[in-house]
Amino acid sequence: MLSNSLLLAIREIRRNVLRSFLTILGIVIGVAAVIVMVTLGQGATAAVRTQIESLGTNLLIVRPGQHMGPGMSSDAPKFSLADVAALRHDLPALAAVAPAASSAMTAVAGNENWSTSVTGTDNAYLAARSWTLAAGRQFTPSELRAGRASCIIGATVRRELFGAQDPIGQRLRLKKLACEIVGLLEAKGQSSMGMDQDDLVLMPIRTLQRRIAGDQDVDVIYLSVKPGRSMDRTIADVERLLRERRHIGSMDEDDFRVRDMREIASMLAGTTTVLTSLLGAVASVSLLVGGIGIMNIMLVSVTERTREIGIRLAIGAREAEVLMQFLVEAVVLSSFGGLLGILLALGTALLLAGALKVPFIVDGGIIALAFLFSAAVGIVFGWFPARRAARLDPIEALRHE
Amino acid sequence: MADAAGRPEASPGSALIELRAVTKVYGRGSAAMHALRGIDLDIAAGEMVAVMGPSGSGKSTAMNILGCLDTPTSGTYRFRGVDVGTLSRDQRALLRRHALGFVFQGFNLLARTTALENVELPLIYQRVRRVERHRRAMTALAAVGLTGWAKHTPAELSGGQQQRVAIARALVTDPAVILADEPTGNLDTARSREIMDLLCAMNRERGITVVMITHEQDMAAYAGRVVHFLDGLVEPAATAVEDA
Repeated sequence: MLSNSLLLAIREIRRNVLRSFLTILGIVIGVAAVIVMVTLGQGATAAVRTQIESLGTNLLIVRPGQHMGPGMSSDAPKFSLADVAALRHDLPALAAVAPAASSAMTAVAGNENWSTSVTGTDNAYLAARSWTLAAGRQFTPSELRAGRASCIIGATVRRELFGAQDPIGQRLRLKKLACEIVGLLEAKGQSSMGMDQDDLVLMPIRTLQRRIAGDQDVDVIYLSVKPGRSMDRTIADVERLLRERRHIGSMDEDDFRVRDMREIASMLAGTTTVLTSLLGAVASVSLLVGGIGIMNIMLVSVTERTREIGIRLAIGAREAEVLMQFLVEAVVLSSFGGLLGILLALGTALLLAGALKVPFIVDGGIIALAFLFSAAVGIVFGWFPARRAARLDPIEALRHE
Repeated sequence: MADAAGRPEASPGSALIELRAVTKVYGRGSAAMHALRGIDLDIAAGEMVAVMGPSGSGKSTAMNILGCLDTPTSGTYRFRGVDVGTLSRDQRALLRRHALGFVFQGFNLLARTTALENVELPLIYQRVRRVERHRRAMTALAAVGLTGWAKHTPAELSGGQQQRVAIARALVTDPAVILADEPTGNLDTARSREIMDLLCAMNRERGITVVMITHEQDMAAYAGRVVHFLDGLVEPAATAVEDA
């Protein structure tokens, strides 16, 4: 019976090529939209992940306080330079340990001024983050020890304060402190989170502590793990050492947090995954609209073909056979639409992925899902018109003009 | 068979179709329309019967009942001894599929479908396999003289040719009865004669019982018997003569 219905349905579709095509257009677009959205979304997720991993998967960031949710941290004592020294001394797996304390400030040079972020640190900071200098030099040991007023600036600060001039040897003023510029960082551009990584001023941490902040605090410690050393073990070692130094009882929670870039990467990838699901959901609404389109055309088609249905019934078609014919017709149409949609989506996604510079990742699962869904749309939205056709009175149907 | 044997008129070959006190009422109460007021009609296997009568005399209603498309309001219709009134909608569909063929005034072919595919249609519902289906459809087309027209759609055929396709479709299943509702109503005289000759040949050579409605006296003349309808009743004179 199914092969018979299939034969009848295919004959019917062939009889009305244009109408059949217009019927499935909604499904084609719906399926294509879903697959394109999901494919590009997954490509973007992969792109974000690779970008973050290129920042250095061996970087660890230690902050005081526990993460309590978006933008919230519990209160906890800051680190000190003694903590940094202990880490350097006790953990040979660490390639670089850099303290950092930051403060937002206005930098002034001549008539220009620029609001920027000033970070007190030392040379290990450049090593931990794999940053290099475009000009000038790093801090000297005596500058670091004595807390001298020298600084290294990023490309944005240089552009805003000095334009095309050579900044090395020039001075800029931070509050009342006049700093000599000893180095210029290589431009790094925007981070994957959209932040300007070149808008900063570095200075020896003692200088910042004594002459600007007026405290002994270290806000963040950046660590880079030597290649080949286990990240997880190093994290555990860092946690153990800091718990000891911060006198945390064995039953108490950490009052600091060690994060690695993998964690940040998966967090960001999670964001794009949510976005992908949202886009997919919006796109699947168009698939639903496509299904309603099929029902609409099938209903019109039942009315238009009333006489034909009468002929079939007179010839001896049973109710179930007419129902099957129309249902199979709807399913064949919608799954063919699904196939076309998949082809259209793959082509479009390939082009868009090239244009948007995200990797083209084909997910077989979502393609199979879209195809099955389009077939299901045919069954659901074809049922009502098919039943209406099957229940026609043959005499009335034959009389229909 | 026991049921049929109990009746004097149910000898083999007779009473293929047996209408007893059949009425058909459309609507209810004061709006009720009595299309058939109680007709008795026997048609034996192999007969060729013309049904005549003015519009509204109930002949189309009677044809619908004979064709198992409709059931009587009261009375019984036995086809090969089976009371059609007790059959379900699907059982009547199967009866039409295997034992009945229809020819309509308006041809009623599927548009944009070739003559061959139109003739194949009843065989598809009978689940005849492709090769066999094709062979039988071509044979039926040959029988109506349309061998060369198999790939043409109704729009490419004349009225006479379309009606011959319809006849091929009716006889391709080798039915017991062909019911024709004004088969020549839309055709000119020459075409009408060709169609009537064809129906007569089917009746004579294959023993297919033919029941046809017609308005024209000279078409009715082809039939072995003429049944006149008037106001929902079979005119007694005509049937009485034939029954004798």
